Amino acid sequence: MSDQLIPDPSAPLTPSGNLRRRQLVSRAAELTATAAAIAAIAVLAIVIWTVASRGVKTIDLDFVFTGYPTGVGPMLLGTIVISVVATLIAMPIGVLIALFLTEYAGAKGVRTMKLILDLLNGLPSIVLGVFVFALLVNHKHQSAFAGSVALAIIELPLIARGSQEVLLLVPKGLREASDALGVARWRSVLTVILPTALGGIVTATVLAVARAAGETAPLILASSVFDPKKFSVNPFEALPNVPVWIYKLSEEGNPEGFNEAWGMSLLLVSFILFASLGARALLARSKRKLSS
Amino acid sequence: MATAAPTVRAARGAQVGSLRRRLDRFADRALYGVCLLGALIAGATIILVGYQVIHGASPAISKFGFGFVYETVWQPNFGEFGAGTLLFGTAVTSAFALLLGAPIAIAIGLFLTLLAPRGVRGVVGPLVELLAAIPSVILGFWGLLVLAPFVQAHVEPFLHDTLGFLPIFGPPETTGLSIFTASLVLTIMVIPIIASISRDLFQSVPPELQDGASALGATRWEVVRGIVLPTTSNGVVAACILGLGRALGEAIAVSQVIGAGSSIQASLFKSGDTLASRIALQFPGALTELHKASLYYCALILLVISLVANLVASWIGRRFSYSGAVNW
Repeated sequence: MSDQLIPDPSAPLTPSGNLRRRQLVSRAAELTATAAAIAAIAVLAIVIWTVASRGVKTIDLDFVFTGYPTGVGPMLLGTIVISVVATLIAMPIGVLIALFLTEYAGAKGVRTMKLILDLLNGLPSIVLGVFVFALLVNHKHQSAFAGSVALAIIELPLIARGSQEVLLLVPKGLREASDALGVARWRSVLTVILPTALGGIVTATVLAVARAAGETAPLILASSVFDPKKFSVNPFEALPNVPVWIYKLSEEGNPEGFNEAWGMSLLLVSFILFASLGARALLARSKRKLSS
Repeated sequence: MATAAPTVRAARGAQVGSLRRRLDRFADRALYGVCLLGALIAGATIILVGYQVIHGASPAISKFGFGFVYETVWQPNFGEFGAGTLLFGTAVTSAFALLLGAPIAIAIGLFLTLLAPRGVRGVVGPLVELLAAIPSVILGFWGLLVLAPFVQAHVEPFLHDTLGFLPIFGPPETTGLSIFTASLVLTIMVIPIIASISRDLFQSVPPELQDGASALGATRWEVVRGIVLPTTSNGVVAACILGLGRALGEAIAVSQVIGAGSSIQASLFKSGDTLASRIALQFPGALTELHKASLYYCALILLVISLVANLVASWIGRRFSYSGAVNW
């Protein structure tokens, strides 16, 4: 009887039978998951590599600073104007919504507001384009401002959500100290809470701008009939802009136009990548600082 | 004199104090008011979008009624419009993108939470999210010049040769601009959304449960199969619906690679069109008011689908999900 309890010393230490099968399945699943992650990174690398290698040949000083046909300066300027105006509209409203969520709204208000932000975030950008066309362009004329309104609607939920996350991280002690000194709500919001969260709010805004800067669908309806030679910063006329110009060149099917489009794509992608990576790093840092 | 000075000072102090209190009370209300106003603007925007789109579509609604949704004629020159073909294209491209993208995205989410070491996680996570940051016009341009020729030369012949008995893999076409290519581009757009949401969901699974399963001898895959996926399945479904919403509404990239066809065909390698892409292609040069109204009608269908998708996703997220909330 007792020698049955002693394991056979010559038995192999590797699993066999059912256990072996289960471990193989698990191993296969791990490999699949790793392969999926590698595939996604590979697609990103291929897209960025294509844009970089084809775009870098076109870019020089003339390309950035002169107008059509030698360069795309007006488009770059127009995109900057459209993004700035959109941010000027979206940022104050977004921060106010974040304040509403963190300072004033009850549980029900927070739930409703989050649902509204979710719905706004889910609106297809082409529908926003049709909306600003109906509201601001139809029976009038195209304007960069109409495009900015559409981009502002895209940025709004991102800014509100990002700012809310940062505002929630403002240490309770600061609020309580402010209340204990008998400071009015508005004073503590403006002089204690907002300044503490400012860095995070700005980086959330930069992320939203990076997301909206490449939006094409609304601009096709709002700001697509323009003179590609003219440098202009007047938002109440149709301004040349990068996304629509890339779209037009890609539809035309002319090889020289393709080169120009690759060049612009590289400029746009590098702005977006640097802005979002930089903002992400800063955001992580300021969140760490606030929560420590 | 000696007694009057302090009382005057006290009175003035009280006056300043009450002034300050009044200012505080006013400013508190004002700040609350503007915050509320901001919230109302957001809500009003959605209503206004709905109103403008319905208003623009009203000529087409009164002319075609609900039949517009399934009629397949689209002839601007004869004033005949129906969104059937477009709905078909939208449904096929999005479904295919989700079918291909969701498993990959969920696998990435699992990789990021369970497999990757901390350092790798910190690099791979943001990179996958960067995929979502690439503007759709650039992804579409890349799809047009790089992906479509590759698909036409290699992927389509291969699929036709091996799986050609299925009618969806018909003979390859000459350009590579097809429903299939559009679905691939949409897949790339859907993956980062589902991956980042499902990663957050998987991270919310209590480690005690996973450790318990491991202690009972479960392999990593069995922990995933038995603990991680069942506790988060509703959230994952919500994430997939959000991804679907994104795919349904994408206009630009699709319009660049789908080839703007206008018939319903079984083969994925034929050209087609979606609601969003038809709006982007034809709205700027709409021939008649009815043509424009029909495009508004398409936008209305898209709007309804996207609102319903988001409502369902948030309902599932709130009702069932383990963590209680689905982030976007």
